[in-house]
Amino acid sequence: MSRRAPLGALTLTLVALLAAPFAHAIAPTRMPTPALEARYERLIHNFRCMQCQDESLANSPVSLAADMRRQIRQMLLAGDTDQQIRHFFVARYGYFILFKPPFVLKTAWLWLTPLVLLAIGTVSALWVIRRRAAVVAGDDEDEFLDDGLTGPRKHT
Amino acid sequence: MMRYFAPLAIFAVIVVIFAFGLHQAPRKDLVPSPLIGKPAPSFTLPSLADPTQTVSNAALHGHWYLLNVWGTWCISCRLEAPELLAIAHTGVVPVIGLDWKDSRSAAMRYLAQRGNPYQQIAFDPGGLEAIHWGVYGAPETFIVNPQGIIVYKYIGPITPGAWTRDFLPRLRAAQTVSGS
Repeated sequence: MSRRAPLGALTLTLVALLAAPFAHAIAPTRMPTPALEARYERLIHNFRCMQCQDESLANSPVSLAADMRRQIRQMLLAGDTDQQIRHFFVARYGYFILFKPPFVLKTAWLWLTPLVLLAIGTVSALWVIRRRAAVVAGDDEDEFLDDGLTGPRKHT
Repeated sequence: MMRYFAPLAIFAVIVVIFAFGLHQAPRKDLVPSPLIGKPAPSFTLPSLADPTQTVSNAALHGHWYLLNVWGTWCISCRLEAPELLAIAHTGVVPVIGLDWKDSRSAAMRYLAQRGNPYQQIAFDPGGLEAIHWGVYGAPETFIVNPQGIIVYKYIGPITPGAWTRDFLPRLRAAQTVSGS
């Protein structure tokens, strides 16, 4: 019994901790149709909670997020498109509110930098591989270029 | 030579990029507002002091004003309260309050205790108007010009330093422009 009690307490604590997010979460909101419900669910996962910043509106327990969810629900019920709802929030909070920023002039570097880095990496990798291949083939000229300080390296 | 120098050079470039990132990165809690330079959202809300009256910013057209978003639950707003009173005393610009997600009785008690810097207070218990202004915390303060354009947004409690550094120059420039 004395061994079981702490275990039981631990289990309870764990259960409480695991359940905590759901306790805060958001009373389940029911949209009139499954299609609207699906759009609502998708939208609240795509917007950032501006107060906690690293959570979506769907996961955030703060009351500002609740206000924003209510705004989304009202707009959906009023017949607004997803695009209109996105536009509404971006106009007021900026692109920061979107978890996936759009490809516009201001965010181009964000999307293009990985491609540029990948290109640089590929080119340098090819360059190195070709040089090594040349060295292995026993091309003396390349070997000198490769190591100007120490001179030609001995093979094997 | 190049063989030894290249990694060092690459390292130096990375250090520069990281140093730039660390120092130039905008503070994450200060999200710039896309509403700067745009018309202020117009609102007509119940007055905090008198539920039968409304407060509308359309009536403020032609005047400079500050819109200060606050609530009695907001600790930083309490820090800001003395400075707001001082600003109200200077008479440079009227301060309009937006009492955000608050209870009327708590707000009235708060103002009775600490003094009321606001010329008018709009009451937004549901927080819907605040979304139109892109509010994501309190206090936040907007400067609106006579054309009804938001010229500046200050996030966090206004300090005496912020008042002289960020607010006064903008308001003074305005006064000389409108005076000439």
